Amino acid sequence: MTQATLIDAIRMAMDEEMGRDPRVFLTGEDVGRRGGVFRASQGLFDKYGAERVVDSPLAELSIIAIGIGAALADLRPICEIQFADFIHPAFNQIVNEAAKFYYRSNGEWRVPLVIRSPYGGGISGGLYHSQSVEAFFAHVPGLKIVIPSTPHDAKGLLKSAVRDPNPVLFFEPKKGYRAIKGELSEDDYTVPIGPARIAREGRDLSVFAYGMMAHYTTQAAEKVARTDGIDAEVVDLRTLLPLDKTAILDSVKKTGKALIVYEDNRTMGYGAEVAAVLADEGFEYLDGPVRRLTGLDVPAVPFSHHMQEFFMPNPDTIAEAIRELAGY
Amino acid sequence: MTNHIVERASARLNESTLLEMFWGMLLSRRLDERAWALHRQGKIHFHISGMGHEAAQVGTAFALNRGVDYIHPYYRDLALSLAVGITPTDFMMSLFGRKDEYSSGGRQMPSHFSSKDKHIISGSSPVATQVPQAAGLAFAIQYRQKCGLVDPNDTSQPRLALACLGEGSTSQGEWHEGMNWAGVHKLPFICLVQNNIYAISVPLESQMAVANVADRATAYGVAGVVVDGNDVLAVYDVMVQAVQRAYSGGGATLVEAKTYRPVPHSSDDDDRSYRSREEVAEWKKKDPIMRFQNSLLEDGILNDSLLHDYESRARAEVDKAQADAEAAPLPDAEEVFGSVYAPLEEQP
Repeated sequence: MTQATLIDAIRMAMDEEMGRDPRVFLTGEDVGRRGGVFRASQGLFDKYGAERVVDSPLAELSIIAIGIGAALADLRPICEIQFADFIHPAFNQIVNEAAKFYYRSNGEWRVPLVIRSPYGGGISGGLYHSQSVEAFFAHVPGLKIVIPSTPHDAKGLLKSAVRDPNPVLFFEPKKGYRAIKGELSEDDYTVPIGPARIAREGRDLSVFAYGMMAHYTTQAAEKVARTDGIDAEVVDLRTLLPLDKTAILDSVKKTGKALIVYEDNRTMGYGAEVAAVLADEGFEYLDGPVRRLTGLDVPAVPFSHHMQEFFMPNPDTIAEAIRELAGY
Repeated sequence: MTNHIVERASARLNESTLLEMFWGMLLSRRLDERAWALHRQGKIHFHISGMGHEAAQVGTAFALNRGVDYIHPYYRDLALSLAVGITPTDFMMSLFGRKDEYSSGGRQMPSHFSSKDKHIISGSSPVATQVPQAAGLAFAIQYRQKCGLVDPNDTSQPRLALACLGEGSTSQGEWHEGMNWAGVHKLPFICLVQNNIYAISVPLESQMAVANVADRATAYGVAGVVVDGNDVLAVYDVMVQAVQRAYSGGGATLVEAKTYRPVPHSSDDDDRSYRSREEVAEWKKKDPIMRFQNSLLEDGILNDSLLHDYESRARAEVDKAQADAEAAPLPDAEEVFGSVYAPLEEQP
């Protein structure tokens, strides 16, 4: 066990999987000599060579489509989209192709593909280096969507994603790449795709979050425990598709209240589905309104500092939302 | 890049292979005609045709290691798919949307050919999506060779990937991105553009400003060839060269087969709104099957009696395929839930 950052964990997962299985390769923009613009693949080019760490042309659609073709041929591609904001040209390949191959071939053609992409705001990335895109894809059966918030989970979930026979979108909270630190084992372990994680046990209310917001929510929950004596349960969803409904319902059964935190635009965001699950299947457990704390309903995250900070939930605004709901 | 054919590979084809090619084209045509009739009779919901394209497809199929090399087809590739091993019954089952239909279990519209066994990749309906994917298949072939995971001369393994599409689909960015990868990585890849002059109703000149799709090959650093797509042996000749180029590490080829679609785009189209009957009649005179038939008759490889046998056999096979499909059950409604996610246990 060592202390490591989120990006260390991602790099270690790729390194271990490439070492384990010669079919695993990485492609994307600047992933080779440069080691990725965030250094996720640093050292892998030297270790595995240009054959297996492949700098792609600057064309996101093709990164995914090449990955799909290679996956159909039973390789195990990891495709990096440099920023989630740039994934949109590949939407057709992900939604119409990767997600539907297994279904449209009645279970014959599998697409064991991993798409890794940093997402989210808070790094002064402006409109096109800050987006959260998970809701677009969470609507699509056939895809799996994973968003880790700790180094331990990032490594274990990414290794599961590489071994999964289905297309997995692996979104990485880039603000946390170096800001989030934690214990990281060098063992060959996996974390299963599917189950949510109770990041903090509590009795008074449940807060559901993922990615950077799960990290912030845990900080906020510790703070309100100290300052207000509120005992919030934090559920890190980790896997957005398929959604762990059982974990959501079990938590609210215990606490009676639910807050959902996500940094994407509010309307039609991922938290709306969590709220719908609770309204439908958890109605009798509820002792208060299902609340959301989210990014704003504007087209994107602005560059300039005050606007960016105002857009994003943070530990203070999350703490305030917890207090407000706890007092309901 | 121009290709000078010094020696025609087709000159080495023996009579039985030539007849096999003819049979493949004829069977595809008769099956295709039956599909149109079934639609007009209200027995099936949809048909999209490969009529007129049989020479381009059969000439291509016979140059490949069929069933081994990857093929990522498009919706007109009936003759190609039959030549690789899809049966008339398979096709009829998809026309009727029957249970356990070979390509998709009755999920896809007809003519979305797929068979994992035969290395025919499942296609979608948005056009050109298959091109960068096929480049990905070619990338995987090259990857296995470079990483020492396979012997490059092992003929039991795929050694190239073929993508097919129409000329209209080359307007898509996906086509460009796939061709670019093929050029950059010198992939064992063949892109067959079956240029039938119309993208549904939109004519070639509204689709592109150059005379030939293959002219663009230079821009990708790949070989480009234009061929008469209604001449099965001419197509075979250029495909043999393209296949050799792919197998020997020489990179990708863009083959443009000039042809014509003598029928509407699909059973839901009416081509009278966008082209004259005279134009269609003129092209029908250049029909690829009639042309090959006449040449085989002239060379004494085919005769009237043999032709009659082929026609009877084609009718019998199409009749039987139709009867088998009509007798087959429909999928249960609950099958809608099947095959959404591959189970983890399948992972080796």
